[in-house]
Amino acid sequence: MKTLQPSKKMTGAEALIRCLENHGVEYIWGLSGGAAIPIFDALVGSKIKLILVRHEQGATHMADGYARATGKPGVVLVTSGPGATNTVTGIMTAHMDSVPMIVLTGQTISPMLGKDAFQESDIFGISLPIVKHSYLVKNTNDIPRIVKEAFHITNTGRPGPVLIDLPKDITSAAFTGDTLDPKMDIPGYKIPGKPRKADILKMAKMFKNSKRPLLLVGHGAVIARAGEAIKKLAYKLQSPVTNTLLGKGEFSETDPLSLGMLGMHGTAYANLALTRCDLICSIGSRWDDRINGNPAKFCIGAKKLHIDIDPAEIGKIVNPDAYCIGDARLIVEELVKYVEPLENKEWLKELEGYKKKYPLKFSHEKGLTAQYVLHELQNVTQGKAIIATDVGQHQMWSAQFNLAIKGERWISSGGAGTMGFGFPAAIGAQFGRPNDLVIAVVGDGGFQMTLYELATVFVNKLPVKVLIIDNKYLGMVRQWQELFFDNRLSGVDLEGSPNFVKLAESYQIKGVHIDKVEHVRERLEEAIHFPGPVVIWAEVLKENNVFPMVPAGKSADEMIIEPPTTKLEKPTGST
Amino acid sequence: MTQPKNIHTISILVANKPGVLVRCALVFARRGFNIDSLVVSPSVNPKYSRMTITAQGDLQTLDQIIKQTNKLVDVIHCGEHTGVDSIDRELSLFKIKYSPSQKASLSSLIRKNKARVLNESQGTVILEKSGTTAELNSFEEGLKKFGIIEMVRSGKLVMAKGREAT
Repeated sequence: MKTLQPSKKMTGAEALIRCLENHGVEYIWGLSGGAAIPIFDALVGSKIKLILVRHEQGATHMADGYARATGKPGVVLVTSGPGATNTVTGIMTAHMDSVPMIVLTGQTISPMLGKDAFQESDIFGISLPIVKHSYLVKNTNDIPRIVKEAFHITNTGRPGPVLIDLPKDITSAAFTGDTLDPKMDIPGYKIPGKPRKADILKMAKMFKNSKRPLLLVGHGAVIARAGEAIKKLAYKLQSPVTNTLLGKGEFSETDPLSLGMLGMHGTAYANLALTRCDLICSIGSRWDDRINGNPAKFCIGAKKLHIDIDPAEIGKIVNPDAYCIGDARLIVEELVKYVEPLENKEWLKELEGYKKKYPLKFSHEKGLTAQYVLHELQNVTQGKAIIATDVGQHQMWSAQFNLAIKGERWISSGGAGTMGFGFPAAIGAQFGRPNDLVIAVVGDGGFQMTLYELATVFVNKLPVKVLIIDNKYLGMVRQWQELFFDNRLSGVDLEGSPNFVKLAESYQIKGVHIDKVEHVRERLEEAIHFPGPVVIWAEVLKENNVFPMVPAGKSADEMIIEPPTTKLEKPTGST
Repeated sequence: MTQPKNIHTISILVANKPGVLVRCALVFARRGFNIDSLVVSPSVNPKYSRMTITAQGDLQTLDQIIKQTNKLVDVIHCGEHTGVDSIDRELSLFKIKYSPSQKASLSSLIRKNKARVLNESQGTVILEKSGTTAELNSFEEGLKKFGIIEMVRSGKLVMAKGREAT
């Protein structure tokens, strides 16, 4: 039940926690410190469960994973100074991928602001470019309004993180306001309303003239839960569907109309479809550089349709021939009504040919490969697990081989490419989805950036599975150095990494080791079916590259499908 | 208008919230727009302020900047104004030194440009001149032969014509 009336003798911190309870917050991920003590004090006896993490970055990624798995904002609570700055990477990650998150930071007392007080950092200023919005609270009685606005802003329109900086004197002072549910005061905040019918009709008309259409599903479709509507659209049109890294699963990747992921390490057939389509309709993707390679050469001659909730995305990278601003689900539901089935048999046959000619493949000839481990993981889980990946080669292989059948079952740091994200994100997802199988697929590099959260897993008895794809390298950079820098390896050798089974055991977590092809299936089964947490340490071939590959700055028709035998020129595109 | 085409006048109506100026400035800075002038002043509604920014950059980037600025929670409205749909004015102060023999020609320049003398002391004069950016530029040119000691300009103020809101 909501408590809307403040009790007598309530502090600002108590009002804050009561407001969070009223907004349905189940968990707060946090780490305490001097400036945040009043808030932690107010959590004693609250129905919100405080999850003590080992590092503030872990807290932000957990809140992020929780938000992606449930659609509800994740809440983080940290102290001032270093506590606050340690959240920056996590906030940036959430911002890049449009994830709803509320970050509460303790702050030094207001009279000391700007005077270099102990553990003072201007987190409001530091975080300005990476938040959807932020507050520095100056008046205790403003707390309920600010919390209400923060929850509204973070998860409407295009979601994004909101930071609330809370000076200690403000949270300690008496709350004397007369309601915990005041009016919001954000006259400048605009959320796109109903999609314009004229825009939808214009798009429908363009479909009518298309012989080789392609639907591109992005993260916006996942956030809007547009999957059902997209399926209806694809089936009615008989249009093939491809997806971005973050769009995985919103249209099932096991569907015959699915081409899987496109882009830098997408399937050859999805990228070939890009070069051949005469119409591409993005549903909640922002045509980012991992997809378009080179905007000037992107889908030349094809009509480009763009559905996005953020007006600033229209024309940012690609100038569309038609667009519609609004919620992806609402727009696609309308669009379905006005499109007509297309005569696409030739087109689908052509794509079927590419699928047969250029399947994703791997071999055992030289030893155990990451691809094989992930291929078997797919066999064991059948797309029913929530998979959270870290960043690098394993992420791309997992995207290629772990086909997703639902959008919220795939969690990955796409825009930011944050190493260290996968494991804590999986923890957050497990909190949000306690009955689901959650697997973190991580590399040996990224895992070591946030592995300290094994303690959080142990303490909270979470059955998270961690699959470490260990190739002893920062593999993606090594791949670039091999392909584009004459194999001059620099700063990629991860010698000195621990025995991950022993590491897990020292946290009282079960460890499973895989280093032979014949053990993969059996040990994965053993680990996945174990009722508690497991760290699976898969030692794979050290020098293995991700293909297909569209070098950065190149267009899809310059894709490398097989390992090249000649030297490649250095990429011109972004990273 | 004599100004180069890549100079733009952008008007932003913002809620009076802490940090709003920095938020707007960050959108410009991140995308490589140099801000030439920036005026923040109260609007009719005391809850809102008006920012008028002139900045240099290409049109496509400008479009992005306007959209990104409009997205800021504390921004009520952001848009570009051209000389056609709006009136713009600037105010400037000039401190001039002159010799007695130049007094007549300086007085004539002041009259011709409808400038005002605000202060005369120690062989210097402070002049006020308001007008379009081009008029101010031309007045400044004329003053150069006397010797401009100091100059300050308000930055451009803009207001949409007719019933259109700025």
